[in-house]
Amino acid sequence: MLEVKSLQVSYGAINALDGISLSVKPGAIVTLIGSNGAGKTTTLKAISGLLRTQAGSIAYDGQDITNLPPHQIVKLGISHVPEGRMIFANLTVHENLMMGAYLQKDRHVIHGELELVFATFPRLKERGKQIAGTLSGGEQQMLAIGRALMGKPKFLMLDEPSLGLAPLLVKTIFEKIVEINHQHGITILLVEQNANLAFEISQYGYVLETGRIILQNESKLLRQNPQVRSAYLGA
Amino acid sequence: MSEFFQQLINGLAIGAIYALIALGYTMVYGILRFINFAHGDVFMLGAFAGYFLSPVVNRFLPAQSYAGGAVVLVLAMAICALIGMLIEFLAYRPLRNRPKLTVLITAIGVSLFIEYTCQHDAVFKAAPRKFPELIPFTNWHLGGLVLNTNQVIVFVTTMLLLVALTVVVQKTKVGTAMRAVSFNEQAAALMGVNINRIISFTFGLGSALAAAGGILFAMNYASIDPLMGVQTGLKAFVAAVLGGIGNLPGAALGGLLLGVVETFAGGIPGLSNYRDGIAFGVLILILLFRPAGLLGKLQTEKV
Repeated sequence: MLEVKSLQVSYGAINALDGISLSVKPGAIVTLIGSNGAGKTTTLKAISGLLRTQAGSIAYDGQDITNLPPHQIVKLGISHVPEGRMIFANLTVHENLMMGAYLQKDRHVIHGELELVFATFPRLKERGKQIAGTLSGGEQQMLAIGRALMGKPKFLMLDEPSLGLAPLLVKTIFEKIVEINHQHGITILLVEQNANLAFEISQYGYVLETGRIILQNESKLLRQNPQVRSAYLGA
Repeated sequence: MSEFFQQLINGLAIGAIYALIALGYTMVYGILRFINFAHGDVFMLGAFAGYFLSPVVNRFLPAQSYAGGAVVLVLAMAICALIGMLIEFLAYRPLRNRPKLTVLITAIGVSLFIEYTCQHDAVFKAAPRKFPELIPFTNWHLGGLVLNTNQVIVFVTTMLLLVALTVVVQKTKVGTAMRAVSFNEQAAALMGVNINRIISFTFGLGSALAAAGGILFAMNYASIDPLMGVQTGLKAFVAAVLGGIGNLPGAALGGLLLGVVETFAGGIPGLSNYRDGIAFGVLILILLFRPAGLLGKLQTEKV
């Protein structure tokens, strides 16, 4: 579904990504772990078109999407829940969700998506008219994911959905991610610092270190890898 | 007492015009975080568009008629919307990722370019021109107050445009996108919003309002010249800051307030020459106590 080949991204003279390659198969949950500054967020931003790449290619469903502007990439069915949620704090919850369906013109489809999002996150329905900035952290994360689902994506990228949330909420969010994958059939690329949880729900994983992929394998095997265990699983 | 209300009416009339221009400054600031100093010149171009359109429209519609005046207004707004979008496309878009100071200086350059090009003999010439009377002129006497048609038109048009703007910004999809872009451009792009198109739309909308302000100003003051946007544009900018830059109701409020304050200041015997000084002094006082403006919220810079 997604093929990234030898991707290079730099901020000025600093190489953030030094030729990484990864692939995501349809229907899978794939995770990308790594410490701060490893290049996880940069990878997602390059895929969704927020950052320009210097070299390498990104293909989605066989189509080259390298350096397309973000609004054209969204149109192809790629949704990106950015780091820090980036909800529109000045808009209502409902308006946020409607922004998620910005490219969808058919009212019936939008309504159907809204029902699906509310079925996944009933809390958002209660909060419809509330200004999004007044939501709690967990609700904001639900809104960020719900907003991304409004675009009817086939491929969803999540950037640290557990960041800053209480452990119980993290568990809920991860259950929802699995639910979105199973019930909606949406392929997921998950970036996480919480490697334990990420390996638990994913089938395949990549370990990123200072702009390079140093390890990749099935998640259950990565969990047993001594190097991963000492560096990321706190064992 | 009647003098007080007369001054209030006069002040609100000029204030409404400041409000229309201030909205354009504040909308552009809300999205791009820079002051479009060429905005006052778009106001001037709106007045000149009205000047040249009026005789053309009068071939189809009677002179000094409400229908004719409305057509002139709408056409001038459309022309200036295009000019505003063109300015953004040619001057500001290539500098989108440059430091804000670069864009700000460019805006001053664009402003000077428009002002001095328009003063050239091959363009509008520097001398003031008499603005045609677009609508039938009547003075109404209400008690001791005098109210003329042009002032009423200023109030009615401004109200209609403010309502229309509110509907566009609050209720439509493109308005929601404008608010989303102003809050977080990257997040809006991830929703599929074409940022360039929204910025272009914002410039068009603000410039159309400035053009309306230009026509209304010209109707009330009868004389137009290529530098008329300098002083008025500066005041409208101050009005936008006074109301809280980036805040739409704030711009409208700031405009009205500035108009009223300067009119009253001008009415003080012996001090009328210090009108602008007094008006700006009041503004400095207000900003001392509310640095973010009347309706603005203080935002801490992210580092």
